[in-house]
Amino acid sequence: MDILAYSAVELSAAIKQGTVTAVDAMAAVLSRIDERESDINAYVTMDREQALKAAAAVQEKIEKGELNGVLAGVPVAVKDNLCTEGMRTTCSSKILENFVPTFSAEAVVNLEKAGAVVIGKTNMDEFAMGSTTETSAYGVTRNPWNTDHVPGGSSGGSAAAVAAGECYFALGSDTGGSIRQPASFCGVVGLKPTYGTVSRYGLVAYGSSLDQIGPLTKNVADCAAVLEVIASHDVKDATSINRKEENKDTDFTAALVDDVKGMKIGIPRDYFGEGLDGEVKDAVLAAAKQLAAKGAVVEEFDLSLVAYAIPAYYTIAAAEASSNLERFDGIKYGYRAASFEGLHDMYKKTRSEGFGAEVKRRIMLGSFVLSSGYYDAYYLKALKVKAMIKNAFDDAFAKYDLILGPVAPTTAPKLGESLSDPLKMYLGDIYTISVNLAGLPAISLPCGKDSKGLPIGLQLIADSFQEKKLIQAAYTYEKQ
Amino acid sequence: MAKQYETVIGLEVHVELATKTKIFCGCSTAFGGAPNTHTCPVCTGMPGSLPVLNRQVVNAAMAVGLATNCTITQYCKFDRKNYFYPDNPQNYQISQLYLPICRNGHVDIETSEGKKSVGIHEIHMEEDAGKLIHDEWEDCSLVDYNRSGVPLIEIVSEPDMRSAEEVIAYLEKLRMIVQYLGASDCKLNEGSMRADVNLSVREVGAETFGTRTEMKNLNSFRAITHAIAGERERQIELLESGQQVTQETRRWDDAKEYSYAMRSKEDAQDYRYFPDPDLPPIYISDEWIAQIRDSQPEFREEKMARYKTEFDIPEYDIGIITDSKHLADLFEETVAICGQPKKVSNWLMGETLRLLKEKGMDPEEICFSPENLAKLIGLVDSKAVNSTVAKEVFEVMFAEDMDPEKYVEEKGLKTVNDEGALRKAVEEVIRANPQSVADYRGGKEKAIGFLVGQTMKAMRGKADPGTVNKVLKELL
Repeated sequence: MDILAYSAVELSAAIKQGTVTAVDAMAAVLSRIDERESDINAYVTMDREQALKAAAAVQEKIEKGELNGVLAGVPVAVKDNLCTEGMRTTCSSKILENFVPTFSAEAVVNLEKAGAVVIGKTNMDEFAMGSTTETSAYGVTRNPWNTDHVPGGSSGGSAAAVAAGECYFALGSDTGGSIRQPASFCGVVGLKPTYGTVSRYGLVAYGSSLDQIGPLTKNVADCAAVLEVIASHDVKDATSINRKEENKDTDFTAALVDDVKGMKIGIPRDYFGEGLDGEVKDAVLAAAKQLAAKGAVVEEFDLSLVAYAIPAYYTIAAAEASSNLERFDGIKYGYRAASFEGLHDMYKKTRSEGFGAEVKRRIMLGSFVLSSGYYDAYYLKALKVKAMIKNAFDDAFAKYDLILGPVAPTTAPKLGESLSDPLKMYLGDIYTISVNLAGLPAISLPCGKDSKGLPIGLQLIADSFQEKKLIQAAYTYEKQ
Repeated sequence: MAKQYETVIGLEVHVELATKTKIFCGCSTAFGGAPNTHTCPVCTGMPGSLPVLNRQVVNAAMAVGLATNCTITQYCKFDRKNYFYPDNPQNYQISQLYLPICRNGHVDIETSEGKKSVGIHEIHMEEDAGKLIHDEWEDCSLVDYNRSGVPLIEIVSEPDMRSAEEVIAYLEKLRMIVQYLGASDCKLNEGSMRADVNLSVREVGAETFGTRTEMKNLNSFRAITHAIAGERERQIELLESGQQVTQETRRWDDAKEYSYAMRSKEDAQDYRYFPDPDLPPIYISDEWIAQIRDSQPEFREEKMARYKTEFDIPEYDIGIITDSKHLADLFEETVAICGQPKKVSNWLMGETLRLLKEKGMDPEEICFSPENLAKLIGLVDSKAVNSTVAKEVFEVMFAEDMDPEKYVEEKGLKTVNDEGALRKAVEEVIRANPQSVADYRGGKEKAIGFLVGQTMKAMRGKADPGTVNKVLKELL
């Protein structure tokens, strides 16, 4: 069997059986990267030598019996907004072009403890702001299914790397759909966990109250396995939830069961209205039918408030971002303007030169909604909408185990199509954003292709802490 | 007749809390240390780092709030105050604007005008900033983040004070409360207590307040007193000459005894406050409040009242001893061991205060233990040492807190109670001083004093003067 055809869990099993080694797997990934990277550009930073060395060290531990987890020996790609000790972390921004963290993100630490081996850092929209991976300061990433198209974003590098076999799985982050939408565009599985499930320590913050780290994988089984490893209660993150103590299951792989009998699935009519591409709509509804055929009880309902999610999201996320990104000032690390007159000018030039257009747009938007006199009208109102959206989901989950819908209104657009009209790009987040506002878990999985051969994604949303329902339904659908 | 003006003053007092670690990370709050050694990714604002609240800070803030009769905000939050400055590594300060932990309190003060209650608008928790050091030689600025993230509380009073005397009484009262709680050492000169003065003037009888200014950089009670007088005069002069007071922040220059405008309201920054999404709201239960309330110490007024009934020592002494929590603790603990309040008080009021003054130290810096002071008192009581030797021993104990019993033993300072040795010394003194002996025998009673002195000298101080006196009289 082609070593690259293994899923992450299969690869690790093969390594533990002695059929292949972690070094073989890393070498295979690196040669695939050599083949495809010039077309795809999934990675911002790589250290081949270090990756092979780390793979050899893991192999030795596996042989000694010191490592036997489900991900032991598996090469992983890490989104470039997750800190990696000793490895440059740029957030795909010029302002962090030379930033090397002194510590690794908790999610990365958890993966490394489990024996996964970091290949490198994947490209993204600058500071995770964008839906196409075109706002990166290090070039666009292209969709492996058709390189004229975008891979989605902001975790576009991670999704493309998984789809192109340039890694076995990847980590992404999802603030308004940044894992699920690129997973959908690249035909891979992506999961955004319940807020507080994966520690945000070491994730360079965009919208702190919405950000969650999650897996991008080849299939649902890998997704469950990775989530099980990265979910942890971390005292370094005050928003991290102790799910074990609170009896909120984290044995996600136990949910890999091919059965949805009696599971109640709601389809929000609001997700199938104007703006949804016909082919996407058909594929998603076909998937719903298949789940019904497997015994799920599927019905339509009105979720409401969907139209308010986008303005609320862009208000809250931009407000938090405007503050989170203040630390990039040229003083302590990262880019500093070459010439300036005094402190104020240094700030101004450093940030004008260091940030790209989309980041500046959101910083300005966020600063505006927080400014005195506008705070109540914009920021506070957005928080109220957020609470109402959560209530609407609570009502829905009183009736349904899962909500089913599309991930995005269309399949992957062509490169350059989206950036010209930011408002249109923002509207593309309509089905994913509410999930972040409500802090819920959701999964994106492939449900067919359009006439252009581009993947279509199916989104399943569950109530807080119900990732196992997502995994079970997704696994059942995947088994078709 | 000239118009009569009233001064209206409100204070914003920052107190640095004496927690071991910083407010949002585990770094030490200790003073000193090479630049940027008490730092970590959190307090230097590294990307990806996150703040985690130190519960001790909440406990301390609540304790001060309860001691100042505040209502505790049981659902309280942290907000970000956004402004760019290099001493602030994230370019936002984590503080509290919308839901500060304590509100609506008051403290009672007493001045020559009588008793008065000063309202406390709120107390909030926040983090301190780092320190900028300008290197004139290299012409560059350097940042030390050791102080970044040190916990502060800001105590905001109502505009209830009318004179510098009231301001000082209020500050003294706050200092005493905070020190008694052990929440801070409250040193104005070292910056662990900082007071900004908001001041306006109005005609006596006016119903509305005048335009106020805020004065910063006040590092001593003296500076505060002078700044209040100076600012009052400046504002009155403006009004008298038909001008208006500008709402602005002014910096007091203690050397020049004048304040300078720093920034006016017009160029005040918009801090764009909003709730910090990294820090979940704090829910303070009734039980938590009760727990803090139950562990409140006895405050100064209560202590003074108790001392009056419990110990037979002068009211003046009580005032001095309770003026410092450390001194009061030392007093009570020593009394608990030796049971002699009068003698303990004498050591504290006498030798201790003398040495503190001589060495320019605060009572908080006293290092000797109650056990050792009790031992010294015991040595005097048992006449093992005389009072002169005791004072010498005390001075050493004050400096290095050694065990006085061991010290006296090792240095051979014990009073010689061997009558034979003493008699021998006295006989020697009588032989060597025939003139004094003759004087005494001739009726000059005072001459015995000289002979006692000579004997003590011969005994190298290690004799009990009473016994020497007795033996001398016998032999004469």
